[in-house]
Amino acid sequence: MKTGALLLSIALCLATGPLVGQGLATDAWPTYAGDYSQRRYSPLRQIDQTNVRHLTLAWLRRLTAGPGGSEGGWFGPPPGPPAITGGVAEEPVTMPGATSGSPRLSGSILQVNGILYVSSPDNAWAMDALDGHILWHYWWKSRGGIHIGNRGMAMYGDWLYFETPDDYLVSLDAKTGQERWHKEIADFSQQYFSTTAPVVVGDHVLVGTGDDLDAPGFLQSFDPQTGDLQWKFYTVPMNQGDPGLETWASLDAARHGGAQVWTPGSYDPETHLYIFGTGNPTPAYTARLRAPRDEHTNLYTCSVVALNVDTGKPAWYFQTSPNDTHDWDATQAPVLFDGMVAGKPRKLTMQASRNGYVFVLDRTNGKHLLTAKYSDAANWAETVNAEGQPVRNAAKDNTVAGSLVSPDNGGATNWNPPSYDPRTGFLYVVLREIYAMYYLTNKDPRMLVGLGGSEQDVVGSLGTSIVAIDYRTGKLAWKYRLTGGSGTGLLTTAGGLLFANDGSGSLVALGLRGRRSPVPLWHAQIGSIENAAETYTVGGRQYVLVAAEGALYAFYLQ
Amino acid sequence: MHSWRGSRCLGIVILACAPTLCAPQSAAQAPPRPAQAPQAGRDGNRAPDYPVHPPAPPEQVARGEQIFRSNCSFCHGSDARGGETGPNLVRDEVVLRDQRGELITPIVQNGIPAQGMPKFALSAADITDIAAWLHSQPLSDRGAPSTLDILVGDAKHGEAYFNGAGRCTQCHSATGDLAGIGSRYEPKTIQNLIVSGGGGRGRRRSAAAAPPVNVPPTTVTVTLPSGQRVQGDLDHLSAFVVALRDSNGAYHSFARHDSIPKVVVTNPLQWHIDRLPQWRDADIHDLTAYLVTLK
Repeated sequence: MKTGALLLSIALCLATGPLVGQGLATDAWPTYAGDYSQRRYSPLRQIDQTNVRHLTLAWLRRLTAGPGGSEGGWFGPPPGPPAITGGVAEEPVTMPGATSGSPRLSGSILQVNGILYVSSPDNAWAMDALDGHILWHYWWKSRGGIHIGNRGMAMYGDWLYFETPDDYLVSLDAKTGQERWHKEIADFSQQYFSTTAPVVVGDHVLVGTGDDLDAPGFLQSFDPQTGDLQWKFYTVPMNQGDPGLETWASLDAARHGGAQVWTPGSYDPETHLYIFGTGNPTPAYTARLRAPRDEHTNLYTCSVVALNVDTGKPAWYFQTSPNDTHDWDATQAPVLFDGMVAGKPRKLTMQASRNGYVFVLDRTNGKHLLTAKYSDAANWAETVNAEGQPVRNAAKDNTVAGSLVSPDNGGATNWNPPSYDPRTGFLYVVLREIYAMYYLTNKDPRMLVGLGGSEQDVVGSLGTSIVAIDYRTGKLAWKYRLTGGSGTGLLTTAGGLLFANDGSGSLVALGLRGRRSPVPLWHAQIGSIENAAETYTVGGRQYVLVAAEGALYAFYLQ
Repeated sequence: MHSWRGSRCLGIVILACAPTLCAPQSAAQAPPRPAQAPQAGRDGNRAPDYPVHPPAPPEQVARGEQIFRSNCSFCHGSDARGGETGPNLVRDEVVLRDQRGELITPIVQNGIPAQGMPKFALSAADITDIAAWLHSQPLSDRGAPSTLDILVGDAKHGEAYFNGAGRCTQCHSATGDLAGIGSRYEPKTIQNLIVSGGGGRGRRRSAAAAPPVNVPPTTVTVTLPSGQRVQGDLDHLSAFVVALRDSNGAYHSFARHDSIPKVVVTNPLQWHIDRLPQWRDADIHDLTAYLVTLK
């Protein structure tokens, strides 16, 4: 193992060892959520409620996607280095945002030893965390695929890993940006596309993919050194005798059943469990062919699943939306923390799901502990069953005449990372309470492949908020209304601050006040914010980093 | 699965929404979805997201269809989308991977005995024709306009609801603002307008989109610490700034700190927003059936 690998391992240990109490490493952001718990709670307190009003811009850097690299100007900073080119396409597709122009920076940014590692579809950069100086830029020639986003890179020692929309896992040398290898991770002809951030756990690079057709979902583990496949776990039954097959109308339905793993999971070092969410069943908008009867719950779609990271074998699962018909994935972060339930200490995981319900489980065994509705608007289920699962009301499916349903397709929340505050026991979540008319546009269920057969027209909204969900009760401690509709993820710090996108173009620092509604203490109008803010220290100073409109903004106290 | 993603579609949404009404669709994971594959991409300059099978000569496709119907449709359905015993072939992984029958041919000629598929004495040329036809079939109808009739409601119930329990007549009149609405809009548009009041939007904008609904603007009254009041149409609002245009068209903006200045927003569609959690789908359908009769 190289020195860098050791350093990173130490960083990860610092970050993940004390899952209770301490939270993130203070001087690094070495993995997707800063640490394996996905709490996005930083113990840093250099910036706090008393001084946050002095937070000011340390630097900003615009990035340019594609082989042209950064554009220098006569009067601006010097241009960035030319892009290092990789990729298998002989005639790469041309796509603004990937081959030219402003990249979409909707992922997490790694910060290790003072260097930032930034990614967007088909592009990766290394930058100096002190001033945003670009050290290298890598560009992947793409054969296509849905270029919807890239959620970030993973790191193992001096090696980086990221996924491409055309289904490759690419490993780069972090020092130079030179490609080490690339591996095909999914069948492009079945229209897989890969957006998620890989997660490195021990000697495993954990890799998910996505698909909007009727293709099976899976999670794969690759060797960080060689890129060889270690194991592959399908999230739907693929063969006779596979567990869960009885929850499908047929093996053919199961093998086309979706459950894509398109967001990073959490990791519990005590149990060696990698805990992640799965996507919707496919075809998305009708259950008639895949789930004609109640017992057809379509496992493991819309579920929180725990795998042993060394073997890839499942330990437990919990399905949040049995037999979903609205494309409401359960891919939201399953946040890990310890707490008290019924007077006893428990090791927990909590997911605020896209369907408008929040679930608390025992993370060691998947035992269900609590279900609550955190979206007042959610109207697709009338009851919760004995297992703690909302029971879908078929009248709120897609119908020819139209059904008024909330959430809309985007869900009560989506990929946007939540944040858990260990001081209060609140999970902070961006909540969208939007209504849409759901129309079934084809009466022949055989025509409904993938996301076909539905038209959804947004007809109104009760608004977008940040809510504080108490894990002990599932009730909202407070609901802070945003004036705009967006929200790209949250960050909490021990300085009593919650950093958020206010949906109106500002990064805002909210002062947390326990059970009382938070108050805005600082903001910076920087345009459409694209990711969740992060924080770390470099050279003894605490920084807050966020991306907006193809540029990175770093803030600190001057 | 993935849903919208783009903060970049925000502008469009805001145009279509009363500012305080609609949460723009930027939160979630996906942009406006690609219509289907193969597809031309979201703008003319872009290649399709996924490989497209090059179109085969029409006579080959027709031949393939005929051979398929005679030999395969008994199990796989006449449109290859699955029958009583055979799976849907249009979305099948082998068919998707196949280019010109090279992967399909051995399966047809050898059968899959374990899954009950017999072998067929078809020539490689025949199977290439079948493949050409299979590859010509659209994968899904995603993004295709629907032709289904959404009118299932009872117009009489709808009229009674309009004049009674729905309290629609507080703001609307069948002979006033809604006169002729049944001639101006498609039933689905009318139905969506009933719920949204004009503030929402459809996922797609068709070329033949109906003229915009005349929704009065959201207004705002800003009361300064001096007691001075500034009123006008709301331009934008955040926790930090409120901006408006007054009756002369002049633009005013004010910084907000805590609760100063006092800001009161009046959204003419507030009734429709408050109504969202209360609707019964049957009442929506009945109202639609009634309003389409207002020709």
